Amino acid sequence: MPKLTIDGKEIEVDAGMTVLQACEQAGAEVPRFCYHERLPLSGNCRMCLVEMERAPKPVASCCMPVGDGMVIHTNTEKVKKMREAVMEFLLINHPLDCPICDQGGECDLQDQAMAYGAGMSRFVESKRAVPDKDFSPLIRGVMTRCIHCTRCVRFANEICGTSELGGVFRGEHLEIGTYVDKAISSELSGNMIDLCPVGALTSAPYAYKARPWELSKTESVDVLDAVGCNIRVDARGDAVMRIVPRLNEDVNEEWLGDKSRFACDGLNRQRLDQPYVKKGGKLQPATWDEAFAAIKAKADGLDGSKIAALAGDTVDVEAMTALKDLLNALGSKNMDCRQESSTVDPNVRASYIFNTTIAGIEQADALLIVGSNPRIEAPVLNARIRKRYLMGGFKVGVVGPNTELTYKAEHYGDDPAMLRDIASGAHAFGKILQNAENPMIIVGAGALMRSDGAAILAACKTIADATGMIKDGWNGFNVLQTAASRVGGLDIGFAPTDGGLDTAGILDACGDGKVELLYLLAADGMEAAKLSDTFIVYQGHHGDSGAHLADVILPGAAYTEKNGTYVNTEGRVQQGHLAVFPPGEAKEDWAVIRALSGVLGKTLPYDTLAQVRARMAEINPVFATVNEIQPADWQDFGPSTVGGGDIQSKPLKSHIRNYYMTDPISRASETMAACTAEFSGEAERTGTDG
Amino acid sequence: MLHDRDRIFQNIYGIHDIGLKGAQSRGDWDKTKDLIAKGREWIVEEMKTSGLRGRGGAGFGTGMKWSFMPKESAGRPHYLVINADEGEPGTCKDREILRSEPHKLIEGALLASVGIGAHVSYVYVRGEFYREAEALQRAIDEAYEAGLVGKNACGSGYDFDIYVHLGAGAYICGEESALIESLEGKKGQPRLKPPFPANCGLYGCPTTVNNVESIAVVPEILRRGGSWFAGLGRENNTGTKLFCVSGHVNNPCTFEEEMGVPMKEMLEKHCGGINGGWDNLKGVIPGGSSVPVMTKGQCDGALMDFDGLKEHGSSLGTAAVIVMDKSTDIVRAITRLSRFYMHESCGQCTPCREGTGWMWRMLERIGEGDAHIEEIDLLEDVTRRIEGHTICALGDAAAWPIQGLIRHFRDEMEAKILAKAGTHADASADAAE
Amino acid sequence: MSTENTETFAFTAENQEAAKAILAKYPEGREASATMPLLTLAQRQNDNWLPRAAMDVVADMVGLPSIRVYEVATFYTMYNLEPVGKNYVQVCTNISCLIKGADDVFKVCKNKLGIENGETTEDGQFTLLEVECLGACVNAPMMQINDDYYEDLDPASTEKILDALARGETPKAGPQGDRVGCQPAGGLTTLLGEG
Repeated sequence: MPKLTIDGKEIEVDAGMTVLQACEQAGAEVPRFCYHERLPLSGNCRMCLVEMERAPKPVASCCMPVGDGMVIHTNTEKVKKMREAVMEFLLINHPLDCPICDQGGECDLQDQAMAYGAGMSRFVESKRAVPDKDFSPLIRGVMTRCIHCTRCVRFANEICGTSELGGVFRGEHLEIGTYVDKAISSELSGNMIDLCPVGALTSAPYAYKARPWELSKTESVDVLDAVGCNIRVDARGDAVMRIVPRLNEDVNEEWLGDKSRFACDGLNRQRLDQPYVKKGGKLQPATWDEAFAAIKAKADGLDGSKIAALAGDTVDVEAMTALKDLLNALGSKNMDCRQESSTVDPNVRASYIFNTTIAGIEQADALLIVGSNPRIEAPVLNARIRKRYLMGGFKVGVVGPNTELTYKAEHYGDDPAMLRDIASGAHAFGKILQNAENPMIIVGAGALMRSDGAAILAACKTIADATGMIKDGWNGFNVLQTAASRVGGLDIGFAPTDGGLDTAGILDACGDGKVELLYLLAADGMEAAKLSDTFIVYQGHHGDSGAHLADVILPGAAYTEKNGTYVNTEGRVQQGHLAVFPPGEAKEDWAVIRALSGVLGKTLPYDTLAQVRARMAEINPVFATVNEIQPADWQDFGPSTVGGGDIQSKPLKSHIRNYYMTDPISRASETMAACTAEFSGEAERTGTDG
Repeated sequence: MLHDRDRIFQNIYGIHDIGLKGAQSRGDWDKTKDLIAKGREWIVEEMKTSGLRGRGGAGFGTGMKWSFMPKESAGRPHYLVINADEGEPGTCKDREILRSEPHKLIEGALLASVGIGAHVSYVYVRGEFYREAEALQRAIDEAYEAGLVGKNACGSGYDFDIYVHLGAGAYICGEESALIESLEGKKGQPRLKPPFPANCGLYGCPTTVNNVESIAVVPEILRRGGSWFAGLGRENNTGTKLFCVSGHVNNPCTFEEEMGVPMKEMLEKHCGGINGGWDNLKGVIPGGSSVPVMTKGQCDGALMDFDGLKEHGSSLGTAAVIVMDKSTDIVRAITRLSRFYMHESCGQCTPCREGTGWMWRMLERIGEGDAHIEEIDLLEDVTRRIEGHTICALGDAAAWPIQGLIRHFRDEMEAKILAKAGTHADASADAAE
Repeated sequence: MSTENTETFAFTAENQEAAKAILAKYPEGREASATMPLLTLAQRQNDNWLPRAAMDVVADMVGLPSIRVYEVATFYTMYNLEPVGKNYVQVCTNISCLIKGADDVFKVCKNKLGIENGETTEDGQFTLLEVECLGACVNAPMMQINDDYYEDLDPASTEKILDALARGETPKAGPQGDRVGCQPAGGLTTLLGEG
């Protein structure tokens, strides 16, 4: 290990580190603008210059590899002067419009000017002005403020894999942009806002909305896909102003998908903020008591078998626990958390989670994607696949939609019959998987939503078994869930047992009149025709399609308004936290169900969140450990447990057509509507399939 | 002073046949096969013996540079890249080689490639030299036709391909790593070093980048022996050199002369002296625009080589001698250079991107007299804040001429400011009356 | 700046062959190296300017995202992003030319053509541009018109050249005085055949 002397202090560091990293390790702060630990080096801002003995010139510490015996100075008068110099150069053409800049208060340039600048300007020439750029409905480009650090360009090239951004022209005319009128189309584009050290790239929807110091900041978890990105919810008063990512190396590193970041305006629109009861064919505002009374009127005397419940895609485990317990108490086993009827084995955890884990993708060397478009189903997870791809020696094959992924992938068509050939090794990619050290498969939720989902699941399991995906220390079988509630719902057993009905069974039974009371826990997208004679309770936060079917509406809380547990596609138990209170009379969901249980005479045995969570851990010990993954045992699942059948030869596709609108919150978002208009073709604007 | 028999470039004025036949009649391509047969190590050693220092400006030992190339290629091809992106203001020597002595360059490329283990060479010619590139391509075609290059070049068993690659207008591509970037199809932005091209150059492969003149003298050096070349000039400053003298001399021209000739003698012999005589000399930029200007006093005894000019606070650079007589508005001349550096900054590093424009604007104002005397000190301070703080040397090159101007001609800068202030003072005095 | 233009571009059959030859100069997988030569080829085919459609065509040929080609096309000054005159007059005003009277040469051009720096005459015959050092300093002052250098200029010879071009003639390139190339005007001082 190389030994360096930094500011007189001897330090031993790992070979391959940079001087900047070594300085940090030695406790010597080195300012920087262009350097970012997750991006390729560029060394252009020159802010991190340090003195190195025996070097003819100061060195850019971010790019200089450590060497044994290096003597580095970061605190000399000369270094101080160099930093002052760079600050001065950065500021001479920077507009100093901080009072009207959204970056104000969280601006690297501002902070470093305070810390390292000379505090005065000697520049009397005219400042450069650059036309603003309208990068997308999400990103505002005030390019006069740009300091040309190229972080955004490197992010687009490296992380997004969508090369639309570059530096055009040269010298003092260098401009960051797309050159042509073209929106930045990456699903990860919002991260450029975080990466931009100045106010050149700021959030368009958030423009002029708030100052960072006015915001209350709550750490939470995203629910708009199943990745479980760690987020921070910034709110002012009762309103969520913005959502930004929070570092979690195992999950999202420091990235966040655009939907998860920008759909938050949907939290303030089309909200259900009071109970409703249908009277004379029309939903009328009601009190909680009236709403509960209406449910009681229907439920009283109704046999448990005539009651059913479905849970939606963004529901917290607490609410599902309460509803499951209530249904059981009412004598019903008809419940399912898979509103889209996907086939997995609820009893075999390994059949429905992403066993490899997101970070584990980096250890894989071959990947088969089946019926999924990870780029829009889970953009942050897709970024991890790209990260692995960029390391080299990684082969990707796709059976399913031929879409533009952000890495090189061999597309083998969309005929699911091919899965058998891959399993048998007759297909070329089967051999690639067999020869790989750590092969993996990603089965898209869409592939399992088909009527032949069981057969596809079985075929994929056969591939996993046949190509060495399952071995000590490696499980390459993965289902990429797209709903934040799915794994949690299955883990808690919000699924049919002992002859209970699943989603398809419930909906059929509703049509036949065999189920008379259907409880939709924020479940939307049901076929209205089948449900016309069923008494429907809708508990949720948005006036989405589910609410339109309802006889009684119970206003619940969105994910930013409650303390809730979610299990991501990997099986990682995480907790979101209340950032703002639910609007109007809306309440935390488990508490609503608890209150209803009392009215129905089946009072649930918990009064506090802690008690609900204790109950969760009682049902399934995975809930006892938060933030960690309990690896799932590889047990048999397939024809014997979920049924088999034949694979049908209809094309495999992703069930998400429009990334920007997949759930009640994003469908209510004006920002997401703008993105849909900007980026999606006409066909894609309707949201999800299935 | 040099005898014609020791001049390498016998057809530098293009008076004689430029084609292969003519070149061969002057000794080009003579027993090249035998030179190749002597092998890589012999070639590198002979070049080291010659003491040839790179003719592109930096003056790094050519043989030494070649010796940095890995001995084992580890599966990666080696490349020789020839820098014909001549663009340093005042410099026009490589142009003459390209259009009048192209066969020396091609033969040199072959021998140098053997010396570094390369089988492919790219000649990066500045885009404006369209006619020169045509001349070079004609010569390359002739050489292929004659079997001198290509498979089994000169019958030596060595395969060698040489290609012309045209630039498109960017001075910065004369910087070797920017040139490599450009050759890879990117913007010409200099790379961070390390890694150096000898390890990681073109396409990430071991690469040597040499100036046209450095390569074109190789065949003659190898034929006549490194010690012949070393016997010319002075120690550490050996050999002959193409000088191009522009500006206020009676006969601006390009010529080959021995290293270390006295500047005055050289200008008088080849250029007919300074307009209006030696005493009418104001200053000389002796090595292209990036080197500090010398006053007449410094020029008096200066010897034209690396050490000789270093002694006077300047540098040989590309040996492009820009002569300015007393009629020159030196502030304006340097301001023009300052604009050049602003125009040619790639825009990558903060100090150069922002600072070159700042310096030029200050100089413009000073030239107009529209400045305060203290701003000369500010200007000087800004040059110090750029110098040494950038990835490549363009920042330094932009700073040095201005430092030279302030050092030697501050009085002229002040005079412009005072003259303007004087008119203002007069005007306000008039107004007060 | 963003340039929207609707021009389409396609290489001629002849230039498609030339493009193939260009691509063949570079190793497999390094087609990006052909970006600049192909842009140059496109520009030469297209009246000496480079529409965006041509950049897109080149991007496709070398397998780069368009933005990478836009970066290149805007970085190098020889790519003309807008139409230019038939005679593209570039006058060097850098130091060696400046001190030898480039101002006068440039002034003559402006007066003669009736345009300012960067402008094109209404008839589309001339574009005038002040440029950096073109590397013919011992023959200063000089200008480049299309591919040719015109050297050792003075106001009279400059005017003559522009007149000839306006008449559709091709004036003699190179030094406008008596000397050949870069030799001293007063007669050779070297290579006198003395050995």
